[in-house]
Amino acid sequence: MTVGQICEKLGLKPLTGDIGMDREVKGVYICDLLSWVMAHAHEGDAWITIQTHTNIVAVATLLELSCIIIPENAEIEEDTIKKAIEEGIPIMASDNNAFMVAKNLISLGLGD
Amino acid sequence: MGTLSYEFSVEKDDFERAGEASSKIKKILMQLGMDSSIIRRVAIGAYEAEMNLVIHSLGGTIRIDIDPKSIVITAEDIGPGIEDIELAMKEGYSTATEKIREMGFGAGMGLPNMKKCSDVFEIESEVGKGTKIVMKMYLKDGD
Repeated sequence: MTVGQICEKLGLKPLTGDIGMDREVKGVYICDLLSWVMAHAHEGDAWITIQTHTNIVAVATLLELSCIIIPENAEIEEDTIKKAIEEGIPIMASDNNAFMVAKNLISLGLGD
Repeated sequence: MGTLSYEFSVEKDDFERAGEASSKIKKILMQLGMDSSIIRRVAIGAYEAEMNLVIHSLGGTIRIDIDPKSIVITAEDIGPGIEDIELAMKEGYSTATEKIREMGFGAGMGLPNMKKCSDVFEIESEVGKGTKIVMKMYLKDGD
């Protein structure tokens, strides 16, 4: 499944335009502690986090995560969007909380 | 191939650029065609070292030396030094401020993460002088 398909099916708002919509989503990881994410998230994971500062882009780039999903439309810094576009990491926002985003991703078949 | 070396300076409190040195290191390894599992280990080690320099140090450098048998990451700073290294190495222990923690840093996992992804991990520190961390990762056939 691609980032673009997830965006469409879950009604997520892409904040980085068309960037990275063809990236493959292989799994999902939810955590707001960056060192914990560094240690445990996998390549291709969609990462759900309410952290919105620029360093999330560094984490996603280093781990080759497929995308970042910001739940509950948490406000995101302009610099983060700029950096994500530079690095080709798609960031999307959701109206739902992290739990509901995860539930919807499972219903799409992720995590099987 | 001999030894390839690169050095990056990391500024104190520079959260804007934090992660750039480790991203550059990762790109170098990708250009060298290294295996993804060794790249992941180096990326984690370099990132944690870089973030520690940004959060805790007065500034420093990250250096990477690549030879046919191993990759060595060296992080060195100009202070303030760690009082109790054993305590600092304990998972969950952190001296980061509340503000830093709210950003998702300061989980007390930086040094343990560095140790876990290294084959050889060395740390030496002197209060008032600085800290030096060396992470060595051996390359296997196919890396």
